[in-house]
Amino acid sequence: MDLFEYQARDLFAKHGVPVLAGEVIDTPEAAREVTERLGGRSVVKAQVKTGGRGKAGGVKLAADPDDAVEKAGQILGMDIKGHTVHKVMLAETAPDIAEEYYVSYLLDRTNRTFLAMASVEGGMDIEEVAATKPEALAKIPVDANVGVTAEKAREIVAAAKFPAEVADEVAEVLQTLWKTFVAEDALLVEVNPLAKVADGRIIALDGKVSLDENAEFRHADHAELEDKAAANPLEAAAKAKNLNYVKLDGEVGIIGNGAGLVMSTLDVVAYAGEAHADVKPANFLDIGGGASAEVMANGLEIILGDPDVKSVFVNVFGGITACDAVANGIVQALDLLKSKGEEVSKPLVVRLDGNNAELGRQILTDANHPLVQQVDTMDGAADRAAELAAAK
Amino acid sequence: MAIFLTKESKVIVQGMTGSEGQKHTRRMLASGTNIVGGVNPRKAGTSVDFDGTEVPVFGSVAEAIEKTGADVTVIFVPPKFAKDAVVEAIDAEIGLAVVITEGIAVHDTAAFWAHAQTRGNKTRIVGPNCPGLITPGESNAGIIPADITTSGRIGLVSKSGTLTYQMMYELRDLGFSTCVGIGGDPIIGTTHIDALAAFEADPDTDLIVMIGEIGGDAEERAADFIKANVTKPVVGYVAGFTAPEGKTMGHAGAIVSGSSGTAQAKKEALEAAGVKVGKTPSETARLARAALDG
Repeated sequence: MDLFEYQARDLFAKHGVPVLAGEVIDTPEAAREVTERLGGRSVVKAQVKTGGRGKAGGVKLAADPDDAVEKAGQILGMDIKGHTVHKVMLAETAPDIAEEYYVSYLLDRTNRTFLAMASVEGGMDIEEVAATKPEALAKIPVDANVGVTAEKAREIVAAAKFPAEVADEVAEVLQTLWKTFVAEDALLVEVNPLAKVADGRIIALDGKVSLDENAEFRHADHAELEDKAAANPLEAAAKAKNLNYVKLDGEVGIIGNGAGLVMSTLDVVAYAGEAHADVKPANFLDIGGGASAEVMANGLEIILGDPDVKSVFVNVFGGITACDAVANGIVQALDLLKSKGEEVSKPLVVRLDGNNAELGRQILTDANHPLVQQVDTMDGAADRAAELAAAK
Repeated sequence: MAIFLTKESKVIVQGMTGSEGQKHTRRMLASGTNIVGGVNPRKAGTSVDFDGTEVPVFGSVAEAIEKTGADVTVIFVPPKFAKDAVVEAIDAEIGLAVVITEGIAVHDTAAFWAHAQTRGNKTRIVGPNCPGLITPGESNAGIIPADITTSGRIGLVSKSGTLTYQMMYELRDLGFSTCVGIGGDPIIGTTHIDALAAFEADPDTDLIVMIGEIGGDAEERAADFIKANVTKPVVGYVAGFTAPEGKTMGHAGAIVSGSSGTAQAKKEALEAAGVKVGKTPSETARLARAALDG
């Protein structure tokens, strides 16, 4: 889960990373009072989960409280690379910036460890620094069980060639930032820029944090950080039902079991779509190993509720799951939806293979539901589902 | 011969007394796995009856090894306690730890992986978030259905559980030496490369099928490894060509970040290493048949 800048700022502050005072608001009028509290001036910053907001006009300096209201009014509602600005953060104005650095911790999948990255050339897109001036970006592995000790922090500072006069302070920031990374179960914490300001202080002026959703069991407070307003309503509804669902922009609804098989199903449907008006998959939905009637009903309800969906492809390989249970699930799900008064008019193409496939197919044949068609192979079923979606 | 797991393997189950652990211990026993014990400190000294087979419960992995000579552990412990369970297995220096548990926090996986390195890497870790591995007709450590196919000469390594089953099913008439599900998490123990190296050295494997998916660069690194080290034919499949950037597709590790981790890049890297890559599971199976005939 990627956080907004103001949420990252709050977490940094909580763990002792030096930040400027700031508050988040969602109406222009609120900017007046906050700016007064911040000393009469403020920086108005769009809160969007994408880069390049400065260039897009999403960061403005407000000279006084009235100006802050005006600037907040200009930025709220703005579209930045497809992201609508619903919130702005008002931050204390920083003393003049003397230098801009970069520091981050992230997961290094390749080496199966954590990585510290640091550069004295901060302020710009770090991927650009990495591409054009790789020698300016220090990368130091961090042992998960040792962490960033004072010694490790000094090693990072030396590797990135921080100037001697800021070395101690940057090393201190590196340790508090590591604390943030571990204590919050983050996948990424990044400060860019880490600024040296005119009075000599080192301050995290902007940052990014991404949290591990698998660690929510030890972070009850992380649920509040979720951006419910921005979530696609179908994704939000699916999440409420514990379904692993991602909305895509095609016409063929997909239900399958197992993440890999569902990803593969999306691909096979997209290939099949090439021959059928270029229809594409409408979603990713993994109903997992269990696939009870209830889970199937929940899944079908979400997918049939998507106005973009023209046909549905249910692709199940029974490994642990028995196909007869899945077939019963489909039949019961359709009954359940009907009893709820929901009219189901979209065709379902079902492919069952593996454990008890014969039994499962027989159950669907016997149910003889007018909207359900069976095709025995994944490729054939994908083709049929694409054809039906194109014909609608 | 097979890789990592044979009929000689003595298997214990951490989390055997939980519902998933019980269900799958029963299945593993039914497929001929030599299960010699379970581990649960609160139930040490008791035993669990699986359709007439009494399986003793030990207080620790170390005790189970001492009493039974176990060399494989299959871990079904819930995510919250999984790190401690894996660390215990590492400390007991068991040869192979298969971590089935889905949903382990990355910081926990990073911690037990770092611990394994510190301890001299004596335990091979498979997973987490994986279906385990099966050597058909000999032993089954995990949740892969044993009745899809039989013993044969194809080696399979895959990030995905259900795609493993699908591929075993497509090639069920030919059979497999060993099928290894390495898992879809951002950090995993055994990699494609580890399995490729083992299959290359295994006299009972003639062809290797490798299944990958979006996210990370494991497939690209596997391609480099194949180019330099693998003489046996390799057929590949990559899932997730249509996955959008920045969205996690079910598996925690299945995410395209910017231009990295795409299925297209992985396919191209594999093809450049001489691997025949199928567009779909069925085409991959056809390529595998052709490679075996050739």
